[in-house]
Amino acid sequence: MIHNGRLFALILATIAVLFALQFALSDYLVLAATRILIMAVFAMGYNMLMGYAGLLSLGHAMFFGAGLYAAGLSSYYWGSSLPVSFLIGILASAAFSFVIGLLALRTTGVSFMIVTLMFAQAAYLATLYFSRITGGDQGLTLPTDARSFSLLGHQMDMTSDPVRFNLALAIFALVLVFMFFVTQGPLGRLFAAVRENEPRTRMLGFDTYRVRLAAFTISGTVSGLAGALYGLVFGYIGSAFAGFHYSIEALLFTLVGGPGTLLGPLLGTTVMTMLIDRLSGLTTAYLMIVGVILILVNRWFPKGILGTIRERALPWLK
Amino acid sequence: MDLAPYLLLAGLEGLVQASVLMLTALGLSLVFGVMRVVNVAHGEFYMLGALIAWACGAYIPGPPVLGFVAGLLVAPLAVGALAWAADRAVLQKIGYNPEGTIVSTIGMLYILQQGALLTFGPDARAVDAPFYYTIRTPWFGYSSYKLFTVAVAILLVAGLWLLMRKSKVGLLMRATQFDRETALNFGIPVGKVYSAVFAIGAMMAAVAGVLVVPNQQAHYLMGTDPLLLSFVVVIVGGLGSIPGTIAAAVLIGLSDGLLSVFFSPTLAKIVSTLLVALVLIFRPEGLFTVKGRRA
Repeated sequence: MIHNGRLFALILATIAVLFALQFALSDYLVLAATRILIMAVFAMGYNMLMGYAGLLSLGHAMFFGAGLYAAGLSSYYWGSSLPVSFLIGILASAAFSFVIGLLALRTTGVSFMIVTLMFAQAAYLATLYFSRITGGDQGLTLPTDARSFSLLGHQMDMTSDPVRFNLALAIFALVLVFMFFVTQGPLGRLFAAVRENEPRTRMLGFDTYRVRLAAFTISGTVSGLAGALYGLVFGYIGSAFAGFHYSIEALLFTLVGGPGTLLGPLLGTTVMTMLIDRLSGLTTAYLMIVGVILILVNRWFPKGILGTIRERALPWLK
Repeated sequence: MDLAPYLLLAGLEGLVQASVLMLTALGLSLVFGVMRVVNVAHGEFYMLGALIAWACGAYIPGPPVLGFVAGLLVAPLAVGALAWAADRAVLQKIGYNPEGTIVSTIGMLYILQQGALLTFGPDARAVDAPFYYTIRTPWFGYSSYKLFTVAVAILLVAGLWLLMRKSKVGLLMRATQFDRETALNFGIPVGKVYSAVFAIGAMMAAVAGVLVVPNQQAHYLMGTDPLLLSFVVVIVGGLGSIPGTIAAAVLIGLSDGLLSVFFSPTLAKIVSTLLVALVLIFRPEGLFTVKGRRA
């Protein structure tokens, strides 16, 4: 059963428009859109925890990295086919986020932010420490035979832009629909209840630790899925993807688009990626604008673009 | 193989690192203790201190000691003024909401770091030590400047201790830390106290940056490691506790020095970051504090 019909219609329309984009955009923009779609999946995973369950993590790059490395390394060393590697990436990030969640969720507030930051930093340093396996800073480029796979008899070539775009779009669409059913259903209401008033939710008889653990694990798994997809689609894995900056990107994209809105992460990722792309052509210090935007959004638009629209005009935009 | 020289070297290096760390971490701890603000941009104040010290050394003619002294004065003043302005313009406006302040200080981190990149460029800058005198041990010579930094750090920490315990300003700070609402009712200008504390915290990081820069080159990305280690120290020592922070700085500085010499610096960092996470999870009051009592 679909609870929020208007939102579901908007989601289907968004996916249709995204599909049509590839016939209108230049090759360069199709490639940029592929990257945006994958990063939007990462931001959607982040949004699950921050927007819906109200827990601000500063370490989601560790889950992105877990998926990226699990998928990339299994493909690199064991030569597993891309769908199998992708699955390994998802399973590994699910297990990893479950264990980290078990520990980190014993804390709340500021401690939770620092704990996630520290775990992520330890994970990032571990990718450098084991550089003999992971390639460290230099990273690893996946071999040619790991750049294609056959799907129902069709050969899917990961160096072809249209194939990459449509693959990313298909997975993005699946995750978006999955997110819709999680957030608009009973579990989503429980997440919102924990976000708005944790003691009251506990008093109503819910085990809030388990509710948060569910949000944390789903969030980490979706972020890891994005990482696995990124590594396999672009054929490169490196420790930069597990670094602090990627955690902040997920936060930034979610914050700009609108935390706690389904389409916010996509919008935030698109706006910020295009902006950073333009700026990096102008100056080497383009990250400064990331800092300025973090401060400005936090001060004047804490609800983000879609959150502000929801508040003013469209209350169903969740 | 004889272990003694390695142990002595690791111990000395650890002591030097511990003293610089103590300054940086106390700044972070002060800001957290009084304002309940986790300042992610703290490492950038350290970096700015180091770069200003380099600029003073490079543009002031005469012997290096002049530039060093100028840096020791200019860096904390400039950085303190910047932090004061940042508190007024950003943190105060969002009412010190915990999540908002973290996001905002991350923003500051990027602005300061990239601002330094634009101003000073991407190169690592070496600074001459104000004096060269090598202390001879039976196995190796050791820079006396490094021991000088230990002495300065101890003096500054003693100064901070006096400021907090014996002065009117310190009393206002402690009152604000103890109970913000009551302090406000008693007419303490809490807003000004907050700005001052944020500035003092940043100044301590800046001084640490000035002290460290003759041993280590100044670079716009140098703020990350001290930030991380300060977090480690502040959390292991108990958030907001000065004696705990000092004890933890010595412990972490020494063990980091030992682990780095005998194993690898990366492994040392992995161990200490995991330590922070585990302390926060299983013993959030810190390792050195008795439950319910905070110095």
